[in-house]
Amino acid sequence: MVEEIGTTTEGDLIINVGPQHPATHGVLHLLITLNGETIKKVEPHLGYIHRSIEKMCESLTYRQFIYVTSRMDYLSSHINNHGCTLCVEKGLQIEVPPRAKVIRILLDELTRIASHELWWGAMAMDLGAFTPFFHAFREREAINEIMEETCGARLTMNYIVPGGLMQDIHPNFQKKVKEFISLYKLKIGEYAELVTGNIIFQNRMKGVGYLSPEDAVSFGCTGPTARGSGVSCDIRKLYPYDGYDNLQFDEVLETAGDSFARYMVRIREMNESIRIIEQLIDTIPDGDFVAKTKVVLKLPKGEFYTRVETARGELGIFIVSEGGTTPYRIKFRSPGFSNLSALDHMARGSKLGDMVAMMGTLDLVIPDIDR
Amino acid sequence: MTSEELKITITELLPTASFEEGGEWLNINIDPTDWQLFAQQLRTNESLYFDYLFCVTCIDWKTHLTMVYHLSSTKFRHNIVVKSKLDKVNPVIETACSIWRTANFHEREVYEMFGVHFNNHPDLRLLILPDGWEGKNPLLKDFEDPINMIKL
Repeated sequence: MVEEIGTTTEGDLIINVGPQHPATHGVLHLLITLNGETIKKVEPHLGYIHRSIEKMCESLTYRQFIYVTSRMDYLSSHINNHGCTLCVEKGLQIEVPPRAKVIRILLDELTRIASHELWWGAMAMDLGAFTPFFHAFREREAINEIMEETCGARLTMNYIVPGGLMQDIHPNFQKKVKEFISLYKLKIGEYAELVTGNIIFQNRMKGVGYLSPEDAVSFGCTGPTARGSGVSCDIRKLYPYDGYDNLQFDEVLETAGDSFARYMVRIREMNESIRIIEQLIDTIPDGDFVAKTKVVLKLPKGEFYTRVETARGELGIFIVSEGGTTPYRIKFRSPGFSNLSALDHMARGSKLGDMVAMMGTLDLVIPDIDR
Repeated sequence: MTSEELKITITELLPTASFEEGGEWLNINIDPTDWQLFAQQLRTNESLYFDYLFCVTCIDWKTHLTMVYHLSSTKFRHNIVVKSKLDKVNPVIETACSIWRTANFHEREVYEMFGVHFNNHPDLRLLILPDGWEGKNPLLKDFEDPINMIKL
């Protein structure tokens, strides 16, 4: 790869972005072919943080493998755990108690907000605004404290077990979440004042990195990336799980298809998540937090597929079981992997300076892409 | 469309296809030589309209490999799974890149992890593994790496 630095026979310049570059937020290596300042081609080189999680899972039991997936998309680790557990529960046909379902959704939505907060701060920083990072982390810290109290961890929650939850919520949980909601509502206005309404920011985002709805579907884009192009793909709406169908929330769609549209989808999604939390926080049902399950889980022979909506899009979990205690084969269809494949198409013809805006609004998390 | 209706439409398109019962979605087994034409029909047929390929993977069954394609339609919201049995020694199948562009990255991943060769793929190179990788494909069942332990 290194010898590819330099100029091509046509006189185009080839530059490397990454693997150690602040705007890639991880070890992503992009080989960009430039004609002057115009991008001709973007070639991602992956694998710097590949841990072969799929292979590792083949030798872990159905209780163990769930926690490895926290390390895939570490910003939606709770949702990854949720998806894997749903797949195991689907195979074993376990009925999850209503209390566990509600708490799972609450934590899902808190995770989504925390992930979007981090994205917002980091993306603004990439574009040259440093202050928003501190604002985002102020709210994110409140969520992390809730997680720490209830799950025992701030980033890799590992709170779900097949059948329900590992333990009951902390007595302070409801109080803390309500405090967070009022903090969020107080502070969210600052986001618009600082960044969204800023004319310099808008000029850098609008019309940059256009992705048409047809291309978004063809590239397999999901999550806010596709919804910014007006493609309806919210798994919580299309294939509801754990009671999302009983909740009142809107799927956020923007039609412009540019970086600003993707930005707005995420900002509005945070408000929808708050709406979901408000509906559930006062009505957590009483009862068990975990269903009775066998100690050793054995999935029946067959193939099981579940999908969940993480902060970045559709996560698919495909388990092939031979009837044993470990999966025969697992495939994680990660949202970031497909979203990244659209980057080349988006970037062609735009200027190098716009690259950061495009990468920022794709919300790439490299361990999720590499797995 | 329901699974039964899909079954009827697909049998008309490809009489040699066989179906697997019991799964959540309709499972279709096809011969790898039929894939190119069949994929084209799945995408363009007005009543099927499978425009969204959401998962491409491969399973090593020790005696043979199986390619698995999960397809969905954003218009009708129906899903199918297409499977194709490949030879273990020389696995070859036609690419689906020109039909679903997401197949480009997914097929490159399968190529390096399982050694499946995709005919007419525009850019069949290593994606995740380092350049100059020698030895077996890591996700095959008989892969063993003495230096980096993967088995627990």
